[in-house]
Amino acid sequence: MTTEARYTRQDFQTDQEVRWCPGCGDYTILASVQNFMAEMGVDRKDIVFVSGIGCAARFPYYMNAYGMHGIHGRAPAIASGLAVARPELSVWVVSGDGDAMSIGGNHLIHSLRRNINIKILLFNNQIYGLTKGQYSPTSETGKRTKSSPMGSIDFPFNPVSLALGAEATFVARTIDMDRAHTTEILNQAYRHRGSALIEIYQNCNVFNDKAFIQLTGREERDQNRINLVHGEKVVFGPNRERGVVIEGGTARIVEVADIGIDAIHVHDATAPSAGPAYALSRLSHGPFGPTPVGVFRSVDRPVYEETLQQQIHDAQAKKGPGDLGALIASAGTWVVK
Amino acid sequence: MSEAPTIDNPEHETEQVHTVAIRFAGDSGDGMQLAGARFTDASAIFGNDLSTFPNFPAEIRAPAGTLPGVSSFQVHIADRDILTPGDQPDVLVAMNPAALKANLSDLAPAGIIVINTDAFDERNLTRAGYEVNPLDDGSLDAYRVLKVPMEELTKTALEGSGVKGRDALRSKNFFAVGLMTWMFQRPLEPTLEWIADKFAAEPLVKAANELAFRAGFNLGETTEMFRHTYRVQPAPLPPGTYTNVTGNQALAWGIIAAGQAARLPVFYASYPITPASDILHELARHRNFGVRTFQAEDEIAAVGAALGAAFAGHLGVTATSGPGLALKSETISLALMTELPLLIIDVQRGGPSTGLPTKTEQADLLMAMYGRHGESPLPIVSASSPSDAFEATVEAARIALKYMTPVILLSDGYIGTSAEPWRLPDLNDLPDISVPFAIGANGPDATFLPYLRDSRTLARPWAVPGTPGLEHRIGGLEKEDVTGNISYSPDNHERMTLLRESKIAGIAADIPDAEVDADEGAEVLVLGWGSSYGAILAGVRRVRGRGLKVARIHLRHLNPFPQNLGNALSRYRKVLVPELNRGQLWRLVRAEYLVDAVRYAKVQGQPFKAGEIEAKLMEMIG
Repeated sequence: MTTEARYTRQDFQTDQEVRWCPGCGDYTILASVQNFMAEMGVDRKDIVFVSGIGCAARFPYYMNAYGMHGIHGRAPAIASGLAVARPELSVWVVSGDGDAMSIGGNHLIHSLRRNINIKILLFNNQIYGLTKGQYSPTSETGKRTKSSPMGSIDFPFNPVSLALGAEATFVARTIDMDRAHTTEILNQAYRHRGSALIEIYQNCNVFNDKAFIQLTGREERDQNRINLVHGEKVVFGPNRERGVVIEGGTARIVEVADIGIDAIHVHDATAPSAGPAYALSRLSHGPFGPTPVGVFRSVDRPVYEETLQQQIHDAQAKKGPGDLGALIASAGTWVVK
Repeated sequence: MSEAPTIDNPEHETEQVHTVAIRFAGDSGDGMQLAGARFTDASAIFGNDLSTFPNFPAEIRAPAGTLPGVSSFQVHIADRDILTPGDQPDVLVAMNPAALKANLSDLAPAGIIVINTDAFDERNLTRAGYEVNPLDDGSLDAYRVLKVPMEELTKTALEGSGVKGRDALRSKNFFAVGLMTWMFQRPLEPTLEWIADKFAAEPLVKAANELAFRAGFNLGETTEMFRHTYRVQPAPLPPGTYTNVTGNQALAWGIIAAGQAARLPVFYASYPITPASDILHELARHRNFGVRTFQAEDEIAAVGAALGAAFAGHLGVTATSGPGLALKSETISLALMTELPLLIIDVQRGGPSTGLPTKTEQADLLMAMYGRHGESPLPIVSASSPSDAFEATVEAARIALKYMTPVILLSDGYIGTSAEPWRLPDLNDLPDISVPFAIGANGPDATFLPYLRDSRTLARPWAVPGTPGLEHRIGGLEKEDVTGNISYSPDNHERMTLLRESKIAGIAADIPDAEVDADEGAEVLVLGWGSSYGAILAGVRRVRGRGLKVARIHLRHLNPFPQNLGNALSRYRKVLVPELNRGQLWRLVRAEYLVDAVRYAKVQGQPFKAGEIEAKLMEMIG
């Protein structure tokens, strides 16, 4: 299905008017994804976008490929059927924090553990946008919204931690505003064999503006953004003066000068254990301080549909292609003359 | 047992009987389902017509020896065409006191009871709620009681086999099968072959079961305890090759057949649920047919994955039972809105809620018809018997593909788990139900219009991913007519609602008229659907046997109805609608045709008996 690069971003735009609120982070993500699709080298006819319900779920209408706008929370299930039926397709899921973490939580975790070749883009804006501003399963405790006037009493999910706990083979985080980083993460997810979860911090400028200011603000980002790079020491800060150590399964932020550069954790996205990646994911719970972005985990595991295909192949090699006439007579027959 | 007395064995008297119904009953752990199935297969291969009725508790192992733990399997064998598992068993094999207590009231007058006396100890009698041992108090005097210490005899038979104690007792069900095999003069080979095949990897278990089976047979052959054997001659069924099939099996094979008839790969997704799980088990065994089975995380994911596969160009199928159909309803509406072909199978069980999960009912018809949000009509097809499930499945798939619509196929627990002989169809006669995928533009300037309909069927084109130039988006938001773009226009919504409705209504012209099985001059018509087919037809035959006139229609298509149905119903003075629900088809035909039909509702988790239908018809005919 790989072809020579012959697309531009425009080839992936549709004639449908894009109807997100002006200033929404979704516009930036759409541009990043359209650009990446043009570079990906996959024929447009072989690309399918599937979504659920929510602001992000309009995405397929704006991507000139095959697409299905499904129902709330069920996109990973629909996409699983697509990808298992047609492993040659490039299947992408676009979801939000309510869609993927709340109503569709079950489908998300199971599609991740099965390692079906679907790439899940989780637009996390930590709020319900389409229903006009209730707290979401990633909203911080105490958040005051229409449905939580005295402050939310729910404890939020950390999507990266959740995905790692759900046996995901590829887990990453990026930020809507950083198109270069988003593109790099999309590329790594595409090249990964199996399911991929990409959490994208996405600003909802209407109902939850500046939720990610600690990572996007000019002043704050240098202090707080921890770039995870496979094979490199986890250091950050304007002068890379701070770093992360992992001791006893827990990650902790230190001053490099205090502890020495040799003691700083070296990020290994391919580590057999998900433990270090999980420890890194616990550094922040919602981006209110130093927060890692990048690929947390990227490991090899058999892909569901490839194994299924192999079982079909093996069964045919052993028993021959199915013979329906023989099958319906297989439980013993008798003849009436 | 209907008898035709002849004696052809000097040592034992062999009676020729036309039909006999035998019920194997014991504790859930006693292997009664397996015992019944073995006896059934031997009878099938012998050439009897037959009908079975497995009846088991929802608990895997209710407390041993108690009434809730009783599991039974009834098999009706005959030398002629029969339709039901028999209203009353002629023979009851009771493996313990609870099995006797739970089943005795069903037994035919002067019926035979074969009792495993070893289980009638103080403890089991107490568990079953007997204060006095029924073997001693004369309460069974009206029956012919055969007392057999099956456990002791099984243990003795297994001496030297290396299988001892509790393990040896596991084979007592085969002892019972052996005894019945002798009593009803069945061939031994089918059961011996089955044991050899099934336990090939476990030589000890294989040997134990063989020994127990032969010991049971030999007990009858050599002791004076049994004077009688019975012979049920092969039934003169229409010529052909037959097999014994359960409804779930026929349905699973029907799915494979539908894929072949449609020239499409099959994608089957489901979540385990009683009594539909056997369809998944059967399909999962046949990977060499290219069937992709997907055990989903829940009912919603199962239908979602099947819909995704349908979008991808596969024959998407999911099966469930009532509670699962409720969970799938939102996705079924999405299938209806996106106009993708999807086959949803509901093996109905007793409801509401968890209800009676291992018992049968026909109470999901109105849910299939109306159980979705918005105006959401879809076709409904039903299976009438275990063997009929094969053809019904192919028909449901045909409609789904031709009309690009989700279709609900209704089966039920009785059809799914019971068995009957099936004359194998000539697979060359399978209809061609294939539909071409869209491969080229259908609009101006080489555009693709995903909702430009076929003028005859009103189906939209099926353009699958991978097709160059036809990239398009579908979804649950209301579609603009022709283009498929999102539309909130009031007029468009009404137009699309009517189009979807017309598409389904139009299928009436593409299904056969309802067949009216009528006596000239009959004034009463009985209208049925689904698994009550056998009991209704048997009841009708009995009424006719009394020289009375009656008419009968049994529906395959429940939405839309056959075009002649309204007219046909209007020709009869009285219309009786027997259903295992509170009157669901009854409501539909009254609403549709203003016919003053009479309902005959039964909700006991059990199928109709022929005698019940007969009695009701006699009352109606007056």
